[in-house]
Amino acid sequence: MSDLLRLATAGSVDDGKSTLVGRLLYDTKSVLADTLDAVHRASADRGLTTPDLSLLVDGLRSEREQGITIDVAYRYFATPKRSFVLADTPGHVQYTRNTVTGASTAQLGVLLVDARKGVIEQTRRHAAVLALLGVPRLVLAVNKIDLVDFDEVTFSRIAKEFTAHATALGYAEDAVVEIPVSALAGDNVVERSTRTPWYDGPTLLEHLESVPVEPDAHDAPFRFPVQYVIRPRTAEHPDYRGYAGQVAAGTVRVGDEIAVLPAGLRSTVTGIDTADGPLPEASSGQSVTLLLAHDLDISRGDLISAAGDQPTVTDEFEATVCWLSEKALTPGARVLVKHGTRTVQAIVTELRTRFDEQKLASTDAPGSLSLNEIGQVAVRTAEPIPVDDYAKDRRTGAFLVIDAADGSTLAAGLVGAPLPEVDGVESCTEGGDAAQPDSHALVSPGP
Amino acid sequence: MTTATALDTLDRLESEAIHIFREVAGEFDRPVILFSGGKDSTLLLHLAVKAFWPAPVPFPLLHVDTGHNFEEVIEFRDKVVAQHGLRLEVAKVQDYIDDGRLAERPDGTRNPLQTVPLLDAITNHRFDAVFGGGRRDEERARAKERIFSLRNAFGQWEPRRQRPELWNLYNGRHRPGEHVRVFPLSNWTELDVWHYIAREGIELPSIYYAHRREVYLRDGMWLAEGPWGGPREGERKIEKTVRYRTVGDGSCTGAVESDATDISAVIAEVAASRLTERGATRADDRLSEAAMEDRKREGYF
Repeated sequence: MSDLLRLATAGSVDDGKSTLVGRLLYDTKSVLADTLDAVHRASADRGLTTPDLSLLVDGLRSEREQGITIDVAYRYFATPKRSFVLADTPGHVQYTRNTVTGASTAQLGVLLVDARKGVIEQTRRHAAVLALLGVPRLVLAVNKIDLVDFDEVTFSRIAKEFTAHATALGYAEDAVVEIPVSALAGDNVVERSTRTPWYDGPTLLEHLESVPVEPDAHDAPFRFPVQYVIRPRTAEHPDYRGYAGQVAAGTVRVGDEIAVLPAGLRSTVTGIDTADGPLPEASSGQSVTLLLAHDLDISRGDLISAAGDQPTVTDEFEATVCWLSEKALTPGARVLVKHGTRTVQAIVTELRTRFDEQKLASTDAPGSLSLNEIGQVAVRTAEPIPVDDYAKDRRTGAFLVIDAADGSTLAAGLVGAPLPEVDGVESCTEGGDAAQPDSHALVSPGP
Repeated sequence: MTTATALDTLDRLESEAIHIFREVAGEFDRPVILFSGGKDSTLLLHLAVKAFWPAPVPFPLLHVDTGHNFEEVIEFRDKVVAQHGLRLEVAKVQDYIDDGRLAERPDGTRNPLQTVPLLDAITNHRFDAVFGGGRRDEERARAKERIFSLRNAFGQWEPRRQRPELWNLYNGRHRPGEHVRVFPLSNWTELDVWHYIAREGIELPSIYYAHRREVYLRDGMWLAEGPWGGPREGERKIEKTVRYRTVGDGSCTGAVESDATDISAVIAEVAASRLTERGATRADDRLSEAAMEDRKREGYF
């Protein structure tokens, strides 16, 4: 079992997300005494009789003043079973932008709903974004269960509706779990609640501690974006030339034949170096330095790949973009694309479809994409780049869209990734029954 | 947490930090590592050495010196710099006080005064990327910090206008005059830092381990005598066995009572502590609910 789980939260404003995260930290004893004292003091200053756990996480002045979360924050906590990195994302206006940020590295998404309101449009949108970004597993925390008198029927109805939606997005049923909780009172977050005798599933923490984590893609084809060429030119290492980088996918062994892209050069790995000594092999996630048999012209921006199973080298590709900027995207926009370690000039030649948040379906040929919108586009790059499909490889299928003028990050790009098409979901949200997993679901969660 | 488990996490954190160092080396013209000789910056330098081995670290170091130093730390700083054959720039708060550009604060602490010399050094040396040892687990405002944090010409952090940070694709683009603060230890916790120091056998200034020292009590913290003044009237010096959890400006960095004379004892102590390192020993973070955020907005780390 992996010792680390990366998770991201998502939920609407006032669903109690900060309180849930605060409760998780508080009940796992991840909050130290001085921090807690500060929360007690701040709560008392605000005239509250019990500590407001959301103050544990809402750290910025304006967040505390307004009682909302503004920006993604990262929290760390650990139990004897596992360590956790939690991307705590706000549910407020910039929802998609923040959800995308948190989801890009998450192995599990925790969605919150208010038990009184059930699955709402934003829940479905968040789940769709998590599916699109390839987050392999979902948890629905049905919060404020105390405010519906711990009613089993209410919970079952919400759980069923959510499972239907998630499976329609391509999730397997065992990748989705619903849990009735009260973040405020602590029911089923860390401590098992006596007030939900009808619920026999895990508490939220038990689930987080035991959920399988998909291992890094060690058996995927080898991918290695070259970050930096190491050439000491010292007396000790006069001829050393190593290609430094982090293995993005797969495994490389000494003796492997590799290709250098986009040029298409070939060579053999003669050594895998680290400061702690040479290695016989390296797998995804490891930062190493590769030595090759031939003296090739390789520099930052090149991608070293398994010789037998290479990505597509192309200057035209389709992609899904999550637009993160207030500057809208229009067809013909000149941008920069950062893919791996290479940044190239590019033109977004076409806006093909826009993901309709109301219908969770795509509409044709939008004139533009605005902040928080998701759409399918065609991209042409000034030079060919080696890309994989995002659905196959979350690392070499991902890219940033950057504004060439001011350097801001405009969009998260996913090569190939088709938009979710979830027909039939509307009927199940209105009626709460007759939910049918949809055969048109195009998004598969994770590798 | 078992030992094997801790190792897995440390490998992952080390690999991420090395990746970040190499990204900066690949994309920026004039990076610099902030280096005080404290444990986080010593760790930072250790990781930088690993990232570029067998070549030397391709960045100079910068120390913003408040003048309120622990002697042992300055000696250690100079020894490490010499060991690695690196260049160290020192920006001195004292120089600014001497010529009137900065005024001593009534409370005597110089930590907040570091911002101006830091920003001047960045401007004068045209540094475009500045590595710091900040960790997100230290403080609520730091939990919101990106690994690549764009600062304007005034060094200011604007939490509402941060770039989204996606996958491990870092956007380091900046306009002339702007620079990027880079935090390779963002995802480390205090305990991770100590586990890693133990695993790698990294040497630290002696004050991190328990030793006898004359201290006096002020605002609930054990402060040591030094150029920062004290003990004041009514503050009595006594000898205690103490160690330091953080090393900053001597006027606001307190010692904790401890018998931990080696790394494994320190780890046991940190794991059992019910106080955060800053809450326990940093007066400057007690100033207000958002003290760190306010300083960061001004250009502090």
